[in-house]
This record gives sequence, structure tokens and C-alpha cells, in this order.
Amino acid sequence: MYQYTEEDQRIVRERVEQFRGQVARRLSGELTEDQFRPLRLMNGLYLQRHAYMLRVAIPYGLLSSQQMRQLAMIARTYDRGYGHFTTRQNIQYNWPRLEQVPDLLSDLADVEMHAIQTSGNCIRNISSDHFAGIAKDEIEDPRPYCEILRQWSTFHPEFSYLPRKFKIAVTGAQNDRTAVVLHDIGVRIVRNDAGEVGFAIIVGGGMGRTPVIGTVIREFLPREDLLTYCEAVLRVYNLYGDRKNKFKARIKITLKTLGADEFTRRVEEEWERIRETGLKLTQAEIDRVKAYFVDPPYDATAAQRADISAQVAADDRFARWLKRNTFEHKVDGYTAVYVSLKSLEQPPGDVTDAQMDAIADLADAFSFGRIRTTHDQNLVLSDVETARLHELWQRLDALGLASPNIGTLTDLICCPGLDFCALANAGSISVARQITEHFDDLDYLYDLGDVKLKMSGCINACGHHHAGHIGILGINKAGEEYYQIMLGGSAEDDASLGKWIGPAIAQHEVSDAVQKIVDVYLEQREEGERFLDTYRRIGPEPFKNRVYGQPAA
Amino acid sequence: MTLIKNRTVVDNTFRRLADADALPPSGDVLVSLERWISQHDALRAHSGQVGVVLTGEHDVREHAQLLLDRPVIALEFPKFADGRCYSHARILREQLGFTGELRAIGDVLRDQLFYLYRCGIDAFELAPGVRPDSALEGFRDFSVVYQPAADEPLPLFRRA
Repeated sequence: MYQYTEEDQRIVRERVEQFRGQVARRLSGELTEDQFRPLRLMNGLYLQRHAYMLRVAIPYGLLSSQQMRQLAMIARTYDRGYGHFTTRQNIQYNWPRLEQVPDLLSDLADVEMHAIQTSGNCIRNISSDHFAGIAKDEIEDPRPYCEILRQWSTFHPEFSYLPRKFKIAVTGAQNDRTAVVLHDIGVRIVRNDAGEVGFAIIVGGGMGRTPVIGTVIREFLPREDLLTYCEAVLRVYNLYGDRKNKFKARIKITLKTLGADEFTRRVEEEWERIRETGLKLTQAEIDRVKAYFVDPPYDATAAQRADISAQVAADDRFARWLKRNTFEHKVDGYTAVYVSLKSLEQPPGDVTDAQMDAIADLADAFSFGRIRTTHDQNLVLSDVETARLHELWQRLDALGLASPNIGTLTDLICCPGLDFCALANAGSISVARQITEHFDDLDYLYDLGDVKLKMSGCINACGHHHAGHIGILGINKAGEEYYQIMLGGSAEDDASLGKWIGPAIAQHEVSDAVQKIVDVYLEQREEGERFLDTYRRIGPEPFKNRVYGQPAA
Repeated sequence: MTLIKNRTVVDNTFRRLADADALPPSGDVLVSLERWISQHDALRAHSGQVGVVLTGEHDVREHAQLLLDRPVIALEFPKFADGRCYSHARILREQLGFTGELRAIGDVLRDQLFYLYRCGIDAFELAPGVRPDSALEGFRDFSVVYQPAADEPLPLFRRA
């Protein structure tokens, strides 16, 4: 993985000292809260319902075991012994004290980590495929381009006060696992007819109040033009994005308002002006960064030991876990393993400090010290020898991290909700628990197969409810928590936005409604159909009728 | 109002004229782009220097020919979080070759100075209440930067 140069380290250290000064000026009253707010937000520090919340960047979802141990130490020292992995592959701490945050950042800098631009109206942490570098369907590893974008976007002098936040995702795989069409810029590595590798550029996707699927504004961008093109997109957005109405300020609205053709024309015109400037990437720089993302030293004999059929036959629980919680690796004899952060014991995405330390140890013992975070709020040990899966499963199981539910209904995504967030209307965590308790029969869950349930506690959509096969949104009606249900969303290659099926329901009715929805699927599915396929074939009516009662005949 | 130029506190010789204010017989003035266009001949005949104020709403390229010979272009930040003038500054410096003074006016605070400077702004009228000594420290927040901008034509990866 990437290792800081002296300059990278210096920038992060100077950032810690800059923020230490800003905190001191806030505490002394030299800075007003209005002046301090954008400064702390640009460093991932939110004022929440009970306390400050700090969001730490995990660039493109990649962690070393050493970094994970430091995250555990931070959870113990500055928080209440846990952290929360988010839908943007980052980690959040819910209880740091303002005056301690500079020291916390210094501890992060010790392991080449930071909280730079994890919030605020600037370019946020770049997200990517949690199977980058190991997936069979990959055209090229996206991580070097993520790192190149990370450096370009870090403290970008022109784009630190944008109309609104700005999120970039990069994928290098044929099957998208990054929701690339739901980002402000989605970068998709593609091969053109001449066999050259470059990028398709998708602009103006996003969730939030107005969910939109992005528009491809360039089918093929040569590799060396990545930064100049992104700079042109950002400049057009910075100049023409809406600054009067926060709800119309995302680039998706800029693109719609100008029209995709006019927007693209302006970007291309600006790009022509800056295309041949110093910002153009060099092969030397691409090669330099790529050299950090070489394969770990795989054992060439691993494939010979990869037959684990005897262990599978002997142990049903292992077999179930293997089926749901692993992913095929590009190298024979290796497997990628999900560490499930979805169980009845903890809210989705939460991990204790002891679990973090244990995961770091497992990464060292089984996966070359490498860990990934996923946008479904799980972790991945990316490079595990297949012959050792049974041993790893036993260790994960003992830690409560082997719920064999990846991709099923109870692998649900959920924002922190009313328990922490100052914006939330609804306690999404308790609803998540209600659903997880209701659907506790594993055989039943497996029979249901792939179902993406995504839940947000308010319309800002941190829980990505628009992109769930089943999406749930918490709203507030006269002081009571109610929940709206939408069906038919997807964040994958077949991306689509869900549609509401009817009026909001009371909190205690949510799991019953979900049950009715999956009942319709089980009754109507045809051979090989996933939930989403059946919904797309039969439409919303049968689901509506079941949840809200049959319309009068 | 404190004016910082080239990282030192200097005297401000320019007076900002509202569109309704009469043109004084002498002295340096800053006028809106609209006034610079509508009273062009009279302002060109003025004995003092005339600078032009641009806001985020203006299109810099459209008015380039009227702007490039000005001794001062002032970029107005109604709120420090309005980032449009950062782009204006880079376009003026890097694409249009403006060599006069680029001055930030309005809600100009210490914690934005480093970025403003990088975009090519070399003079800063500090907002009321901003301490000049504290502001001057703001230019030293970072000793190394990744991107090319008006202050540095090459990205870190092209610098030896």
C-alpha cells in the first residue's frame, strides 16, 4: 500500500499544527463559531447531538494492521472504546473532546492517517472498490489513481470553498462495487477499441434529497489527463454551482440546470485551456505511485492446498459462512474474506477497540497485514490462503465477526440516526436491530438470497436508502418517528433509484412491513430471480397492496 | 482597514466608491465593473489610479480586455465561504496573464489567506477584527503543496 514520502508526512504534520492553532483560537474566542465551523468541518469535526464527532479518512478504504491498531488505541484513549465504520469507507468517533482533537490527529499522523477533508464543502475522501487489486474482473487497479487524486485534492487552494461537498469514486472493475454513478465524479477505468486503458468520466450522480444517476460526459479520457479533466470539472462547478440555495448546490443540479450538453461543453472548453499545463500526469508519476500497490508475496504452492471440501462437508456453519462471506480472488489458492460488522450485538458498522486489535492480529496472521473497509460497512481481509479459511473462520466466529449474512437482508446499511446525529429524525439503529431480530433464521435468509436493505434517519441519505433494493427513510410526523419505504434501488451496474410505495408507517410496524414485502417476493419469484429482479418484473403494485392492504375490488 | 501586500502591512491608497458616490477630483479609487463600463471615458481621464471590483457573479473572460491594464483588480468575498473568486484569481493570473495587484476584499480572514495567496491574490484587506500579526502567520501554514497554482507552475510530482 501507499507509504508517505517526506513531503506527504510534512503536509499532514503541518495540518495537525494548523488545526491545533485553530482550536486554540476558537477556545480563546478569537474565532467565532461561525468562522470556526467550516474550518473544523474541513477536518471532519462535527458538532453532534451529545458531543463532537470526528470522521477519520481511510483513503480508498485501505488500512494496514498497524493503522487498525492505532484506530483501536484512539477508540480507547479519546472515545468510549469503539468506532463506527461508515458508508464512505471511513471511521467515525462519537465522543472526542474538542481540546483533545489536535492530539488525536497527531496520533493519526504517526501512522500516516488524517481527517483532512472528511467533511465540508470540499473534495472529500476518494472511495474505491474494496476488492481493488485482487478482483478477477479488474481492468486495472484503481488505487494508484485514487492516491494521485488524493494528493491533487488535498488542500486544493481553488476548490476548498465549493458550493457544496464533492465526492469522487474510482473503480477499475467490470462489475462496479463503488456506486460509481452515484458520485459527483465517478471515474471508471475502461479499455477503448485500440486496447488503451483510460477513464470514462461520469458526473452529477448522488443521493441526498434529490437522488440522481450520473451522466457520462466523456467516454474515454487518456490516463495522463485525469487531473486536468477533474480540475476543469471542478472549475466549472465552482464558478456556476448554485450558491444561494444549499439544496440546489450539488453538481448534479448544476449539470441539470445548464443541461448536460452545455455543462459538458464548458468542461471540455476549460479542459482544452489547461490540458497541456504542468498538471498533466507523467508516466513517471503513474509508475511511481503504481509501485506502491504491487501484489504481496503470494505463495506459489497455495493452489495445491486449496481443496477444502472435506472441511466444508464436515461443518455446516463453516459451509454457510464460506458461501456468503468470501469472494473469489484473482490468485488461485487465495480468497478474500468479509469480516461481518452486522450482528445483533452491535449497531451496523460498529467495532470495539478489542475487536479492532484482534482484526489487526488476524490481518497479520492471515492477510499480509492488509484490511479493507467496504461501503456496506463491513471489513475485508483481502489475501487469505484458501487452505487456512477454516482456521480464520473459527477465530472470527469467536470474536463475533463471522455472522454469515453478507449480501443478505440483515447485512443492512444504516446511518447513526437519532442516537448520535443532530440532523436525524429517527432512530435507525433501533430499527436495524428490530429487523435483524425479526430475520434471525439463517436458512430463511439464505433462501431470500441477495437483498440490499439500506436505511437513513433523515433525507440527507447517509444510509443510501435510494439505492437499496429495500430503502427505509425515517421521518418525523408531529414529534413521532415514522418510516417510509421505497423499493427497487440499486447501486451496482444496474443502478436505479428506488420509488416510494406509500405512506409512512410507525416504527413498530417496520419489520412486519419488510416481512410482507419479502413474502410477495417468495410467492412470485421465478427461477433464479433475485428480489430486485422480481420487483422489476412485477412492479410495485403487489408489494403496495400487501403492505397497505388490498384496494377495494 | 488593514491592507497586507507581499506579506507586509502597507498603507491603503485606494478608496472604494459606491456606484452612487461622486468621483473625487483626485486620489486612487476602486469602482464596480458596471461603473467602469458605463463611465469608462470619465474614469480613464481620472488623475488617480482606478481599480475595478469583481464579484463571484462576473465572467472574468468576458471582460478581460477591460481589466488587464488595471493597476488593481479587487475580488470581493461577500462571505469567506463563497469560493468563486478563487477561480477568478487563477484565471486572471494563469490564463489571462494579469500582472497588476489582485486584492481580496470583504470577508477576508486569516484561515483562507494561504489558499488565496496560492491562487494569485497578493493583497488582502482584512475583515474587521482580524489581527494582522495572526494573519501574517497564515501564510506559513504549509511549507509544501501538491498542486500547481498561480504561485507554483508545477505539481509536486514534476518538481525535482
